[in-house]
Amino acid sequence: MAFDEQAKRTFNVVGTRVPRPDGIDKVTGKAAYGADITAPGMLHGRILRSPHAHARIKSIDTTAAAALPGVKAIVTSADLATPEDAGYADIAMNCLARGKVLYDGHAVAAVAATSKAIAKQAIRLIEVEYEILPHVTDVDAAMQPDAPVVQSGRALENVPAGMSQNVTTHCVFGHGDLEAGFAKADKIVERSFKTAATHQGYIEPQACMASLGSDGRGEVWCCTQGQYMVRSNCAAVLGVEESQLKITASEIGGGFGGKTSTFIEPVALALSRKSGKPVKIVMSRSEVLRATGPTISTSMDIKIGMTKEGRITAARGELRYSGGAYPNSTVDMGAQAAFAAYDLEAVETVGWNAMTNRPMEIPYRAPGAPTSIYAVESVVDELCQELGLDPLDVRLMNAARKGTLSSYGPTFNEIGLVATLEAAKAHPHYTAPLGPNQGRGLSCGFWFNFGGNTCVSLNINDDGTVGVVEGNPDIGGSRASISMMAAEELGVPYDKVRTVIADTAALGFNDVTDGSRVTFAVGLAAIKAARAAINEMCQRAAKIWGIDEDAVTWVDGAAVPAGPNAGTHPPMTLAEIAAVASNTGGPISGHHEVNADGAGVSFGVHLCDTEVDPETGAVKILRYTVFQDAGKAVHPDYVEGQMQGGAVQGIGWALNEEYIYGEDGTLQNPAFLDYRIPVASDLPPIETVILEIPNPGHPYGVRGVGETPIVPPLAAISNAVSRAAGVRMTELPMSPPRLLKAITG
Amino acid sequence: MKSIPVETTINGDRTEFLCQPDESLLDVLRDRLGLTGAKEGCGTGDCGACSVTMNGRVVCSCLVLGVETEGAEIETIEGMAKGEELHPLQRVFLEEAALQCGICTPGILVAAKSLLEKNPDPTDTEVRYWLAGNLCRCTGYDKIVKAVQKAAAEMRAA
Repeated sequence: MAFDEQAKRTFNVVGTRVPRPDGIDKVTGKAAYGADITAPGMLHGRILRSPHAHARIKSIDTTAAAALPGVKAIVTSADLATPEDAGYADIAMNCLARGKVLYDGHAVAAVAATSKAIAKQAIRLIEVEYEILPHVTDVDAAMQPDAPVVQSGRALENVPAGMSQNVTTHCVFGHGDLEAGFAKADKIVERSFKTAATHQGYIEPQACMASLGSDGRGEVWCCTQGQYMVRSNCAAVLGVEESQLKITASEIGGGFGGKTSTFIEPVALALSRKSGKPVKIVMSRSEVLRATGPTISTSMDIKIGMTKEGRITAARGELRYSGGAYPNSTVDMGAQAAFAAYDLEAVETVGWNAMTNRPMEIPYRAPGAPTSIYAVESVVDELCQELGLDPLDVRLMNAARKGTLSSYGPTFNEIGLVATLEAAKAHPHYTAPLGPNQGRGLSCGFWFNFGGNTCVSLNINDDGTVGVVEGNPDIGGSRASISMMAAEELGVPYDKVRTVIADTAALGFNDVTDGSRVTFAVGLAAIKAARAAINEMCQRAAKIWGIDEDAVTWVDGAAVPAGPNAGTHPPMTLAEIAAVASNTGGPISGHHEVNADGAGVSFGVHLCDTEVDPETGAVKILRYTVFQDAGKAVHPDYVEGQMQGGAVQGIGWALNEEYIYGEDGTLQNPAFLDYRIPVASDLPPIETVILEIPNPGHPYGVRGVGETPIVPPLAAISNAVSRAAGVRMTELPMSPPRLLKAITG
Repeated sequence: MKSIPVETTINGDRTEFLCQPDESLLDVLRDRLGLTGAKEGCGTGDCGACSVTMNGRVVCSCLVLGVETEGAEIETIEGMAKGEELHPLQRVFLEEAALQCGICTPGILVAAKSLLEKNPDPTDTEVRYWLAGNLCRCTGYDKIVKAVQKAAAEMRAA
């Protein structure tokens, strides 16, 4: 079924800018986020964290803490199960350290007490004896054969023997004859790059309320990108059955990938089991920065050959990523994404992951791609500069398109890169004049997008309204988008549909809100669920009319007779069918369960003008425009919002944000004052241009849009700054001291 | 430590509470008074999610002690709408999709309302600098600035 044969259909609801259903609660302070609920008799949990980057735990003495009045439970790793599965074992070990602490901030023990103040006092009374071990926080240092070993025996089978035990992952992608390709080049540029780890920086710290009885039955309320993921992790880490845990996702105050894992929920459950009371844990900002998901830090080498006309003849990348203290495969995605924008005869990308004494990497918007594409797009820009070529023309000449064998294996279907590049070229921004110390940069960006496991139930209510039940937390307006697609399919007004997010007991399994999957996959499932309900409503109409089921179709929200023997019955609307449902067979609903495929890759192009202050190294973003293929923009406001928000996160990554570790391996900047995310006065308006090249894998042509926009800013800004400053930048962030040093030599 | 009795006015209502001498206004609002509209994003005055006004000035309630509010007039996000009627800023934030996750929204609305009371016709730059103490990680601020300006225009016309 090619594009559901609806490529040229007109939409009534999809594509409009309707109000979001959770809006009033969110502008009046009523919406309940992770930290906003209380429970009768609840205790306050708090976690003791390692002050060392790497140390053996020789003993933990909780006697004094336990004796403090008001302390009701203390837990360590001894209170958690020991999952056999390596992934769950890592989560357990990250929730409460087992034997060793692997990074500054690693959780060691936790307390539940009758007040926050007592819990705070109690963790200070826990005595931990550490044997400090040598540490390593730099990825290149961690790959040296004599580097301190973070964990041993964790390498995958394809990692060559003789390397540091920190090296866990190795991958190679590509095709063609590199040697022959480079031989054809008129110019070859080879550069090495480094990028600092950054944090998702969601404004809401992780928070949960948990209750677990001695019978293994429990409930958790938490801010998460996936309640089913929380259930799986908690069940494994606590050693209880999934059916006995009910997880409810609160409203979520940002995630960007960072809330696709669990840090505190199993600890709160363990404290609750031991104390017999509900336990609330709210992380502080410093805990968030020290112990939850930063990105990978990287070191990369890129070599690209180009003819003097601008055709790329060969390209090679070697990526060394560190995902912190645990094995990690983010480098696979970085390696696959690196050259995805190009149609190449010869390309190879090699990836390595090495463990360091840093927190466990957690996905952040297009994990792995922003850094590798930054390095590639920087070299492409340098080649354009060296050869005197227009950087947009060069990208158009080399752009991947339908039928291109991608650098990571698949052959592309309908993709929007060329259209996006052409839109950028036609935009007035591209030819606007620049002043002194100013430079313009651009970059392509790419993300795979994801579909995944999805369940949707759609209920036709007896008053003619519709309830949609889905299982993915709404992180930026998805309830509105899902309601819009259900309304579109059913042919009813948007305000007749209400979408709610189910707890884990109320609906089948759903993958986490990640991979830009929700509007695509949940939308697809909602459309299919609506079709199932339509089918049922047509059958009810057929029954009422006494005609064959096949002789009824659904047009504009009503069953109508169709075909030669159908007779002449007036249309029956959804509301009319719903009102008599109990007489025609009972309640009407539709549901759909799928492991959705066909997400459809997404490309974007960002244009950026910067001005560099040669005396301070400060960079000002003067103008910024985002071009992106959305497939079909279901709610254009929220598509623009994704494009703008992703771009600004990328601006932070390029210019300021950085995990800074001291000589002792401790994090030096665990606060928003020093880990500086962009503020309103740092920025110009972020202009957006949405392109719509329908995705053949979705009934309405939708592609995920959430992740691609964080990919291009790193290189777009670095290219603009390099051109403005007259010096090629190869390290992120380009903070003022680093840029000043590059300018002054 | 012994708790201290405090008497304030919150959103126009006389309010009495007991709090510890080292307890922040934010903790008083959230934990003692059930006013959870102000959010704790950092606890160090860097993010502005806990913004309220105290005697007409925008403050980070995480940096104010509960005991300091004796006799003060506090306004929180819960006091911004009048019954069913949203404040123009609240309504326009929804119309303009100026929020995604919404966690920073209460603080930004409180700060923006205070701006427009002092300066009904700000430039974009003035809006951006006034809101520089309110972190938003979702939107890139573009739609927030536009919404504040649209609400300002409506309020000037009213």
